[in-house]
Amino acid sequence: MVTRTAAAAALVTCAALLAATGCSSNFDSGKDQAQDKAEKQKLTVLIATSGDAETQAVKAAAASYAKKSGNTVTVEVAKDMNQQLAQSFAGHKPPDVFYVNSDQFANYSKGGSLYAYGDQISDASDFSEQLLSSFSYGGKQMCLPKDTSTLGLAINSDLWKKAGLTEKDYPKTWKDLRSVADKLTANGVTGLVTSDEYQRLGVFMKQAGGWLTDADQKKMTADTPENAEGLAFVQSMLKSGSMKFAKQVDTSWGGEALGKGKAAMTIEGNWLDGGMKLDYPDVKYAVAPLPAGPKGEGTLAFSTCWGIAADSTHQAASVDLVKHLTSAEQQLAFADAFGVMPSRTSALKTYAEKTPQAKAWVDGSAYAQGPVTIAGFDKVLSQFNTDLQSLRTADPKKILADLQRNGEQAIAKGN
Amino acid sequence: MPLRTVRAHRAHRSTGTPGEPDTPGVTGTTATARARAPRAGRRGDQRREGTWGWLFVSPMVLVLGLFLVLPILMALWVSLLHWDGQSNPFSGDADFVGLDNYRTLFTQDGLDRTLFATALRNNAYYVLLTVPLQTGLALGLALIVNQKLLRARGALRTTFFFPSVTSSIAVSTVFLFLFQGSGAVNSLLSWIGVKGPNWFADPRGVLSLILGGLGIVDPERPSGMLADHSFMGLSWFEWLSGPSIAMCTIILLAVWTTSGTFMLIFLAALQDIPRELEESAALEGVNRRQLLRYVTLPALRPVLFLVLTLGLISTWQVFDQVYVMGQGAPGNTTLTPAFLSYSAGFDNADFGQGAAIAFVLLALILCLTAFQRWALRERGARKGRKR
Repeated sequence: MVTRTAAAAALVTCAALLAATGCSSNFDSGKDQAQDKAEKQKLTVLIATSGDAETQAVKAAAASYAKKSGNTVTVEVAKDMNQQLAQSFAGHKPPDVFYVNSDQFANYSKGGSLYAYGDQISDASDFSEQLLSSFSYGGKQMCLPKDTSTLGLAINSDLWKKAGLTEKDYPKTWKDLRSVADKLTANGVTGLVTSDEYQRLGVFMKQAGGWLTDADQKKMTADTPENAEGLAFVQSMLKSGSMKFAKQVDTSWGGEALGKGKAAMTIEGNWLDGGMKLDYPDVKYAVAPLPAGPKGEGTLAFSTCWGIAADSTHQAASVDLVKHLTSAEQQLAFADAFGVMPSRTSALKTYAEKTPQAKAWVDGSAYAQGPVTIAGFDKVLSQFNTDLQSLRTADPKKILADLQRNGEQAIAKGN
Repeated sequence: MPLRTVRAHRAHRSTGTPGEPDTPGVTGTTATARARAPRAGRRGDQRREGTWGWLFVSPMVLVLGLFLVLPILMALWVSLLHWDGQSNPFSGDADFVGLDNYRTLFTQDGLDRTLFATALRNNAYYVLLTVPLQTGLALGLALIVNQKLLRARGALRTTFFFPSVTSSIAVSTVFLFLFQGSGAVNSLLSWIGVKGPNWFADPRGVLSLILGGLGIVDPERPSGMLADHSFMGLSWFEWLSGPSIAMCTIILLAVWTTSGTFMLIFLAALQDIPRELEESAALEGVNRRQLLRYVTLPALRPVLFLVLTLGLISTWQVFDQVYVMGQGAPGNTTLTPAFLSYSAGFDNADFGQGAAIAFVLLALILCLTAFQRWALRERGARKGRKR
């Protein structure tokens, strides 16, 4: 075969030139990395930050660990996390500790880039079970959730009052939601505004008793009547005009719509708190639990985990650092600095006492659905999001059937 | 900025121009040497010259080989693998899958093929609109600022060239603000009573809107022949729906930023046209249109080819604007093969697929450039003179 000959020729040329340039040392994998035995170790941490507050908080936490242990820790901020991590994995010079986004978690686990340190954490059971299962792969606990966020219904208090509603009218069911949204929609205000992605709209599928995959993430369960019911409800709200997507009202996310007074309600997570403080400090809002659907309450949980590189030469020290970063004390410090919720149950309790306004979000973590972590699923989910953009006019069943098909193909390819 | 540089490099790579800068130099030496030593033994001379020539170009050949040919071959190898980017693709445990990556792009019904077909469609419309528009605009601007009687020529040249030296990322970000639903452009339009669309959130294809306006097909619910037939996972209607409104905005941006550069190229060529030619044409009594048609444009033919080729290559590789302005949104209508290749690699850890897309794109560009060269070839008597 011509291509094979060409490929072989290419390989020979590559090998020769690589050897000549001495780059070949970059490509040796498969064995356990020889560990650095030095007394003082140099660790690097790569994070994808949400803003200055988060960068400073992580740097302070790293500095306090450095002081305690005597190791040096350098915190770097990634501009494009996926790209930078992928490059460093390919070059086998990854940072020791890094954020692992839930949508990339399975790719990295499958590629063998993550060092599974879960069995070295004695008090792992203190972490949210849902998140732990999201961050396990092949029966191994790969990494610890850094923090957690859940979705709630954020309500603009002034607009709420203006429509003649009181706290008692916070919607408990879909029917309530529809009726308050109708009441609130007038004069350039839309009742409910949220992003056109499954990371928000998925709550309605969950409340209808469905979800994209089964609990083990082995099988697609997208084309179920439950999911269709959830999306059909969203569609009916969109058609009536009492619900709109953030882009339709010229905003990039629900928080912006809420802050600008274009939305009376939005579905957002606890990062909303920081965003509102920063951009719209004068806008008063309250957070209620999401209304329950036909199959009860449902919300989504998001998280990032602290990954340790399989190629790291400082694995023991890295585990030590992660233990420090995920300690209850540090998690509360992070919560204070940039508004994430602790992923430890014990710390979450303290957090709830300290921040009563976040009660709805904290309560949500008891029944929240964790993120989908299946290798090669990024494009499947982004295609689902693309399809959801046209949910107002499209057929929900067709969207779900496409998702089912694409997901099944990706699962088949991954295994 | 870095993205822009990368693109410029790529542009050079695929035309095969890297070889060209050397060519005039080499022929130059031969010519001078010939002139200097007409009686010496020709053959020995040539061999010695050849050796010296190779010696002189060897650093460049080495650099090109190491940083261009070798990576291309490596990428070609990767495109035959199922590689997640986290192991050594050049060792025995590489997962060789033959042409599977290409097969999923062309023959296997699935998400990959649909996305690839969508990206090709988007980019085809992008090229079809951008290349003629930017070339025409650049030529027009060049003709204007080349007029000897025009006042403030320098200032105009600078103004027209300015968008080209601005970072494409910065320009894209400014465009994002200008074309918001309640942005400056829509405010301007509202003064003349037009309600502008929500530019970057509008996935409706322009052609489909026209078809809908003519009553041929209902864009919201396409039916009939156009919806029933499909090619590579996209229905005929989707192929024919044209660039989306969001894509049109990117086209506008591309035309605006690149026409300045090409104007400069045209301007240099215009100033190269001998004055005698125009004067003798004037003596023949031609009017300005005839002068343009029979004197100026033929003289510009090689440059026209250059501009069209550069335009074609850079438009098929459009990446940075897409990366900044939506990454495929709305509704995958700004997805392009270059961006798809990036996202296959870095977001889906499927670098083999990404490399395969890149090679399909390379093949496409080579074919189109060859076609263009054939279409713009000089016909008739002056066959010997090549571009």
